[in-house]
Amino acid sequence: MSKAMEPDLQTPLGRASGPTAKESGKEWSHPSDHWLRGFVLDNRASLGTLAVFIVMMAIFMIANPTVFTTWYLYSSVLTTLPVALFVVVPLVFVVTCGEIDLSFPATMGFASWVFAIVVQAGYDPFLGIAAALLTGTLLGFLVGSLVVYGGLSSLIATLGMNFLLRGLIQIINEGKSTALTNLADSSAYAIFSSQLWGIPVQIFWAIAFVVFSALLYNRHRFGAQVKVVGDNPDSAKQMGIDVQRVRVKVFVFTGIGAAIAGTFSVMINFTWWPTAGDGYLLPVLASVFVGGTPTWGGIGTVAGGAIGAVTVSFIQTGVVAAGLSGFYVQFFNGLIIILSLLGHKWNQARYR
Amino acid sequence: MGERIIELRDIKKSYGQVYALGGVNLSVDRGEVVGLIGDNGAGKSTLIKILSGVVKPTSGDILVRGKPVTGWSAARSRDAGIETVFQDRALAVQQTIVRNIFMGRELTGFLGWLKVGKEIEEASRLMREIGFTSKVFTPHSIVGQLSGGERQGVAIARAIYKQAELIILDEPTTALSLTETAKVFHFVRQVRASGRSILFIGHNIHHVFDIADRFVVLDRGKVALTADRTEIKSADDLINFMEEIAHPGGLPGLHEAGGAEQRAR
Repeated sequence: MSKAMEPDLQTPLGRASGPTAKESGKEWSHPSDHWLRGFVLDNRASLGTLAVFIVMMAIFMIANPTVFTTWYLYSSVLTTLPVALFVVVPLVFVVTCGEIDLSFPATMGFASWVFAIVVQAGYDPFLGIAAALLTGTLLGFLVGSLVVYGGLSSLIATLGMNFLLRGLIQIINEGKSTALTNLADSSAYAIFSSQLWGIPVQIFWAIAFVVFSALLYNRHRFGAQVKVVGDNPDSAKQMGIDVQRVRVKVFVFTGIGAAIAGTFSVMINFTWWPTAGDGYLLPVLASVFVGGTPTWGGIGTVAGGAIGAVTVSFIQTGVVAAGLSGFYVQFFNGLIIILSLLGHKWNQARYR
Repeated sequence: MGERIIELRDIKKSYGQVYALGGVNLSVDRGEVVGLIGDNGAGKSTLIKILSGVVKPTSGDILVRGKPVTGWSAARSRDAGIETVFQDRALAVQQTIVRNIFMGRELTGFLGWLKVGKEIEEASRLMREIGFTSKVFTPHSIVGQLSGGERQGVAIARAIYKQAELIILDEPTTALSLTETAKVFHFVRQVRASGRSILFIGHNIHHVFDIADRFVVLDRGKVALTADRTEIKSADDLINFMEEIAHPGGLPGLHEAGGAEQRAR
């Protein structure tokens, strides 16, 4: 690679090769400036994840072709996958920024609890969603401030906050769940949790969220600053970026994502459990890294994270559908994670 | 000579009982490359910190374009158009050239969305201005793929984008090979040609001698020598002078080096 990247400062312009007249005015050029090559190079991490997903699905399908032609299989994945997507994507921002957030399951539980309280009290579910979003924002701000302004390790501090918030939920509710029977007739349910052309409508909202976040990551000041802060905080500071503020913002973003995820999961089940969100901690984290976002910060991929989430959520369904017993699920989870990490290590160079 | 960008008069800086700088006079004119040479502990880094406003001098005056400035600070330094480029830590190496140039000053439009096309255009213009052309790299290339000298170029282009009038290069060639050093010199000459000034700080007297229009030798917190390029015949003269001030009359064979003293102003 290094040889191909040899700088060419001495060569007089437009004399080396190609149509001279056309290139003489262009000082920046690339020997193989083909759009497809550029696309592959720019998206190698997410394309790698996509390849892993396709290979995995191919193996499952070969094992049991008939099951994979039934729509029910995909329908069930498309119902639960969106919940994961709403937290996987913000976590890509967090990891890119050089931090980690393990408190999102409790934030999911807490925000959806607020949603459940508002809905059960007879208010419109839209008001409940607004209240849940506000709760998620505040909790994200709280967790982020604790980590950033308290100068704590995000790994440990967010783990602590996860236990603390979950503990609060448990203490107050004493393990009791809340059934939301009146939810099914509401317009909010029709918009956020019904079916469209037989497809669970959540997936459309999740795709919109992924697309918006990918633009935020690649085409917005916020994403640009998140990457720079994760890459070189000293330099970012010298260039006038409020590094601490950017760090708090990624935690707020995760809080908002967790609130949406929690609310969606309650709407799917018509019930809020005090454990809501707990099961998402490890699959969501795995999705981020399977997706090709490295642990060291500075770079990442939203699209990859989303494909990672699809991969992880198909493992369980796929293993069972392929005719293996449920005992194989964890083994395949681990296998996919390890193989993906090895693949990404080979696929991405780390620049220092 | 053109306009005087900045002038330090009798700058002193003490940390408790210890004087890091004991009355330094230094000025940089427009379109001039000033080479600042000094051994470790001579006070170079304290001087840079004072120029960039991070450290406040204990006493002395700072004049920007001939006018004394009160309340010197990092913000005042930036307003005066002074940008410091530190050797390694300046760039985010996993990001593109574009992202590094616009770090903290992204070109944005509606609601903070990036003007991607305009950024590429502006980045290309800046890189062209400092003489960075390449058949291998584009503004979208990752900085980590660039060589050490080219990275300095990106940092210099960024300083120019920030409207810098005076760019302080802190040891820009210390860790670089000969070809890479030549690239940095190429960038520095382009910047000078565009009417900006550079304060080039270095250990390597040969490097500084090759690029600077004027030399300032710092020794134990004081200016030991200020000389124009025309007043010094070769880098060896400077080296002899440096050895003389390091070991005054101490080393045999250096007693005749007083000639350099006479040239000092």
